[in-house]
Amino acid sequence: MALDQSFVGRTYPPSRPYEVGREKIREFAEAIGDDNPAYTDVEAAKALGHPDVIAPPTFVFSVTFQEASAVVRDPKLGLDYDRVVHGDQRFAYHRPVRAGDVLSVTSTIESIKSLAGNEVLDVRGDVQDAAGAPVVTVHTKLVARAVEAAEAAEAVEGK
Amino acid sequence: MTARVAYADVEVGTELPSRTFPVDRARLVRYAGASGDFNPIHWNERFAKDVGLPDVIAHGMFTMAEAVRVITDWTGDPGALLQYGVRFTKPVVVPDDDKGAAIEVAAKVAKKLDDEARTVQVDLTVTSAGTKVLGMSRAVVELA
Repeated sequence: MALDQSFVGRTYPPSRPYEVGREKIREFAEAIGDDNPAYTDVEAAKALGHPDVIAPPTFVFSVTFQEASAVVRDPKLGLDYDRVVHGDQRFAYHRPVRAGDVLSVTSTIESIKSLAGNEVLDVRGDVQDAAGAPVVTVHTKLVARAVEAAEAAEAVEGK
Repeated sequence: MTARVAYADVEVGTELPSRTFPVDRARLVRYAGASGDFNPIHWNERFAKDVGLPDVIAHGMFTMAEAVRVITDWTGDPGALLQYGVRFTKPVVVPDDDKGAAIEVAAKVAKKLDDEARTVQVDLTVTSAGTKVLGMSRAVVELA
């Protein structure tokens, strides 16, 4: 069943603020194996013109995805979250996320499309700092696979 | 921002140094913890196979994080990255053996966008076991 188009343009209010810590950035940088000193060494970050250590480019997804998940789990939208996969991901940076930032996210459903029975949702997350200045815009495309297609694929696999 | 590559020194077609990033199960567990993404398809083989995957797969966001290192290592300053986007086309399958998998990343300057802003578009080619795992993988970078 097609999703309710009236959800397009719907905006979900800012989340609980997320405070970015130096040690969380370090943990994330180590998890991806990236030893760029801008992520862990305050002096190295300052030498590049940043006021504190900055976060790797994809770090902010951990913050916005919680919000995007809440949006697509909105029971009134009626999406079967178990069928959702991550289609596309895009970031537009106003400035790097850095230690000390207190970030909040406003999520907006930008579009809902039906393609070959799949439901395709574009969710935009506008991330701002404590002063209200934009930090990064996060575009996430989520695809809910068609029930029939999922079942057909399982039948082919002999389930 | 302090990119160490000068806009004047690059041309369309300039190749960035390629990299290969290894990924094994321990790496995925670590990434799950750091990112907060505990979906069992990234660490539980039984669960992954139950939902029709060939084996445990890497987080798409992990692959995205590795791929952009080719750009941030090139510029020196990760803050030089203005835009970055990918499409998740195929999973990176990570077997439970001594080797795991490898993510291979090549990149080149695709366009010089703005002479005044010194911005370029960099296109990435990201493969694992000979299969393209990210599509439409591109970034906009501000150079010196």
